[in-house]
Amino acid sequence: MAYSRIKENTIHGLFFFNGVLVIVVLVGIFVLLITKSMPAFKEISLLHFLFSFKWNPTASFVEPSYGIWSMIVSTFMVSIGALFIALPLGVGTAAYLSDVASYRVREIFKPLVEILAGIPSVVIGFLGIVLVGPVIAKIFRLSNGLNALNGAILLAIMALPTIISLSEEALKGVPKSFEEASLALGATKWQTLTRVKIPAALSGIIAASMLGMGRAIGETMTVLMATGCALAMPKSFLDSVQTMTATIAIELGEVPYDTTHYYALFAIGLVLFIITFVINMISDIILHKYQRVIK
Amino acid sequence: MKRGQLAEAIGFIFLKLCVGAVLLALVIILYDIVSKGIGSINWEFLTTMPKNGMTEGGILPAIIGTFLVTIITAILAVPLGMGCAIYLNEYAKDNLLNRIIRMSIRNLSGVPSIVYGLFGVILFVQLMRFGTCVLSAGLTLGLMTLPWTITASEEALKNVPKSYREGALALGATKWQSIRTNVLPYAVPGMLTGTILGLSRAAGETAPILFTGVAFFLPFLPKSLFSQFMALPYHLYIMSTQHHAISKVRPLAYGTALVLIALIFVMNLFAVVLRYNLRKVKTE
Repeated sequence: MAYSRIKENTIHGLFFFNGVLVIVVLVGIFVLLITKSMPAFKEISLLHFLFSFKWNPTASFVEPSYGIWSMIVSTFMVSIGALFIALPLGVGTAAYLSDVASYRVREIFKPLVEILAGIPSVVIGFLGIVLVGPVIAKIFRLSNGLNALNGAILLAIMALPTIISLSEEALKGVPKSFEEASLALGATKWQTLTRVKIPAALSGIIAASMLGMGRAIGETMTVLMATGCALAMPKSFLDSVQTMTATIAIELGEVPYDTTHYYALFAIGLVLFIITFVINMISDIILHKYQRVIK
Repeated sequence: MKRGQLAEAIGFIFLKLCVGAVLLALVIILYDIVSKGIGSINWEFLTTMPKNGMTEGGILPAIIGTFLVTIITAILAVPLGMGCAIYLNEYAKDNLLNRIIRMSIRNLSGVPSIVYGLFGVILFVQLMRFGTCVLSAGLTLGLMTLPWTITASEEALKNVPKSYREGALALGATKWQSIRTNVLPYAVPGMLTGTILGLSRAAGETAPILFTGVAFFLPFLPKSLFSQFMALPYHLYIMSTQHHAISKVRPLAYGTALVLIALIFVMNLFAVVLRYNLRKVKTE
């Protein structure tokens, strides 16, 4: 009896450590990023790092400069642009699937969305070069189509599966009685959808789009390949841009170990981590509030 | 009333356009890759090394590399993911710690893949002194996959009816005995489905392996866990942006993209078939 109790407790303990492990990983990422970024801030002031838009770490005749503001702007420009495209398309598709489509259409569509979600970012980036780029170049008469618009279109495609499935879930979570009450009062299905169901599911939809945007901000390969990678303050969506993720991907492989430049790249990683963390937390809070309200 | 119906008709057309646009994007992506990639695919492409500065020959080392790194990813992410899910669903009480664990999982799944790459560089390449190799890259991808496998496994555990556990406990089984004999056998297929989907996503990732072990070009296959390797997604990146004769190797890039997508598709199909069979068993 005692033996089996010891065994039970040991197993319980092992699973407990396994559960706590995820906290360790998350905290570990944060702590290690901070440790690796700190040396950079001995040389660079935090304000200069965040808000100067001159990133020139390899300058040889002038003082090297480590400002990431233009990358932050580029990152948000591409991600918010993606959201502008993906949100109406995604919510529209979700509304169609949850309210209009038959059961069969829904069952066919679900795996298709999963296929779209499964296409690797590097393949989407490749299509940005060979497919979307030339089209953009032709329409706007540019020498090449590798710019913020291209990145936004590609990131929109990548954000769609997240937004579709989470919005559909949010729409399905609206109590049936809301819909029935609205229909009983003589509203059409469309009026019920736009004036009852979507407002009721709004926080879920907002949470979904924030998650989609968090993904877009952290996306690397697509923007690395399709946005042209030019380090300057973008003036329009037709300018080439370089996001934070792309900078890390381009420069970390070439930078000498143990230099300010090296640590500054980890500092960019830390900024990315914090931005996505905050966005995830906000979407989490919105979602929880929403679940409480519905209950 | 008439106006309402008109608005409804227009509204539904808008919704259909949205669905159409999403479908169109998917069709264009798949059509372009398949139609332009299929011409490059032959036995030689799949089974030989790249030749003449990667302008000819095959992608064997990239296929093998992706295969190896995915196995290491699975070795890390599958047991730890399932273990964490078992803890959350079977053992944990609804308390603060449990909520923090769940919050951590949601946040981990939102951490950018390149940040996992940086973490892998610090932890596996430098602190643990593995160097840039298959092992470091696989472990980095494994950590990234962990939140997905946990979520999928927990979903599968939730689907096992409560009465199964209670039945075992009522007969005097211990907690672990009831989990082992009455919960896991029914949950494992579902856990595997979700896990395979997660692994297929990991296999297509590039950013986490950029600095943890993947190589531009290697004229040989990886010899051990501590060798560098080539991988399909990185090979596609190289062939489409970094190669010295980009337009000349475009067919090879398309071929690589097709092989990568086909690999992921086969993994997904396998997972879906598993799920389908599972449903059938349940309803019988």
